[in-house]
Amino acid sequence: MLFFSYFKELVGKEVTVELKNDLAIRGTLHSVDQYLNIKLENTRVVEQDKYPHMLSVKNCFIRGSVVRYVLLPPDGVDVDILHDATRREARGG
Amino acid sequence: MSIISGLEDLVDETISVITNDGRNIVGILKGYDQATNLIMDESHERVYSTRTGVEQLVLGLYIIRGDNISVVGELDEDLDSNLDLSQLRAQPLKPVMH
Repeated sequence: MLFFSYFKELVGKEVTVELKNDLAIRGTLHSVDQYLNIKLENTRVVEQDKYPHMLSVKNCFIRGSVVRYVLLPPDGVDVDILHDATRREARGG
Repeated sequence: MSIISGLEDLVDETISVITNDGRNIVGILKGYDQATNLIMDESHERVYSTRTGVEQLVLGLYIIRGDNISVVGELDEDLDSNLDLSQLRAQPLKPVMH
């Protein structure tokens, strides 16, 4: 549940989601659910010339199971809080 | 917060789906469930190639299993009608490698 909570904190921020088919989509994080499915708004594909498949898509839902990376804004990460939270989770609660 | 309420507002709208094997299917979303299984009506596949423009294959009513879905996009009809698919050339998308 830690990363679900973490991504919820990032709603409204600009992120880049790289998929397991090498497609990278940039957009504003609209919502996330328990499966870490991600909904982005105002999307654009990073290499639009190579991947014109989503030229007419501005809002999209990305299935959590195909996400390889989520690239976060630098100010979106509070390393200290995340450290504490991961340690707490590792201790089992 | 749940994303499933996110697909709710796409029902009866035109969507563009990218599947795990790299296909692009466009159609009207008729239904979905928590596993992202989709029911699409009046659907067609857009086949991308580097040699010819985009080819459209008529599929009709389709159910896509959630396991096989990568992206569900809301198709902006204005943007889409401005696209000249016959001039669009691109490599087909790669399949998802887990």
